[in-house]
Amino acid sequence: MAIEETERRVTLGWRETAAKAAVFSTLRLKGLLLPLGLLLAWEATSRLELIPAYLLPAPGEVFGELAALWRSGDLFDHILITGWRVALGFAVGAAAATVLGALTGSSRLLRELLDPTIQALKAVPSLAWVPLFILWFGIFETSKVLLIAVGVFFPIYLNLVTGILGTDRKLVEVAKVCGLSQLDLVRRVLVPATLPSYLTGLRAGLALGWMFVIAAELMGASEGLGFLMIDGQMTGRPAVIIGALILFALAGKLSDALIEAVSKRLLSWQDGYGETQETPNA
Amino acid sequence: MLDITCLGKTFEATAGAAHRALDGITLSVGQHEIVSLVGTSGSGKSTLLRIVSGLEAPSSGRVSLDGRAVEGPTPEVGMVFQEPRLMPWLSVRENVRLALLDLPKQEQEARIAEALDDVGLSRFAEAYPRQLSGGMAQRTAIARALVRRPSFLLLDEPFSALDSFTRQKLQQHLLALWERSRFTLVFVTHDVLEAVTLSDRILVMRGHPGRIHREIRVDLPRPRARTAPEVRALEEEIVAALDLT
Repeated sequence: MAIEETERRVTLGWRETAAKAAVFSTLRLKGLLLPLGLLLAWEATSRLELIPAYLLPAPGEVFGELAALWRSGDLFDHILITGWRVALGFAVGAAAATVLGALTGSSRLLRELLDPTIQALKAVPSLAWVPLFILWFGIFETSKVLLIAVGVFFPIYLNLVTGILGTDRKLVEVAKVCGLSQLDLVRRVLVPATLPSYLTGLRAGLALGWMFVIAAELMGASEGLGFLMIDGQMTGRPAVIIGALILFALAGKLSDALIEAVSKRLLSWQDGYGETQETPNA
Repeated sequence: MLDITCLGKTFEATAGAAHRALDGITLSVGQHEIVSLVGTSGSGKSTLLRIVSGLEAPSSGRVSLDGRAVEGPTPEVGMVFQEPRLMPWLSVRENVRLALLDLPKQEQEARIAEALDDVGLSRFAEAYPRQLSGGMAQRTAIARALVRRPSFLLLDEPFSALDSFTRQKLQQHLLALWERSRFTLVFVTHDVLEAVTLSDRILVMRGHPGRIHREIRVDLPRPRARTAPEVRALEEEIVAALDLT
């Protein structure tokens, strides 16, 4: 047996991690090139007055508007409430999806009983729930959080069930031969095997959460980034609309990066193409 | 002692057409014996092994180990599959531990250390499956099967995915472990030479459904050279019995 050969590969593996970290940081920087380029183009456009300022204000004006809002304390409140709605809706939707997905994924009976209904509900465009939720829960927080939760629910549920059902039968057989208890089977085989798919679901769910918070805030709110946009539209301040857009992009990217970082830690055992290619947004 | 009596297995296909995989298998394997199952593909060798391991239930007949009927996997029986089947998210050490979860922690550690030493992987206890070569992965699987000190070790074409050099090394390794640990070894193989160099007895399986077509006793002292004339003669006899034409 070529033990030396494999030992070399193992140590190489550790060395690779250090190299990867370096590659990763330059890739991160590369990701900033495009936004910076766009910013420059935007600045140039307004300097040359190619587009009238009442449609596309200069970057300086947008950031000035944001700075003013920040100083007054309003902006912080808007960000906080929007973030809170997403967090709450995500928590509720993810919890429901995790429980239901685990149940229908692990029991054939429950799957046959519940899954068709859940799939049918998925076919309802999520925004179609808005009138009903407003009727049932009013226009305040509950209906907003629930709408976000509905949006978050489906990708997480679907990915979880797919992950559980896709668990390699051969590994489950090993667990049987080794005499694993039901709890150990879940802990040491099913959960890790399902994790990649589940984390993909969480990321997709979070992205939808940010999408639905806008819908929820557009349908009637007195605070939040979505309200800020409506307010900017009503009062004819495009700088505010664009500022809110930028903040949404930042918040979405930030929360996604958080899940991605957690995924990387949890899935370091994976031996996939992305591991060697180091795509920052795989 | 492994006793199989009038064993039959029929798989119910979804279309309604049943597939008979095994029929009328009767067979005894004594303590510390090495028996190999050789046969054309589809002759039910792997199915037979899976039934003995308790992973599959027979349709008729009975299987017993030391007088007790097999009703499911037990710690008495270790199994090595064609693929290593390691959990990619567990290190070599934790993969081997899977067979020991109901034992006290201290006993687990001692047995893992011993089993990894037996297969020469002590230095790789913390490595993950993706870092292992094919041979090392399969040795981890053997350690996982043996760490429970089973009285029966079942191997389903355990070396078929390995290159011939690694395969021969692992065969010798397995023999050394067998000589020390006194388990009964039953293995399925496509490699007739492998069957002749390792086994006390070779069962040639043929047909649909699979039946035991011939039984050949190998009374040659070990270690057996692959090039020895007696070994070659037996190899030819078995190939003829397989009737590959």
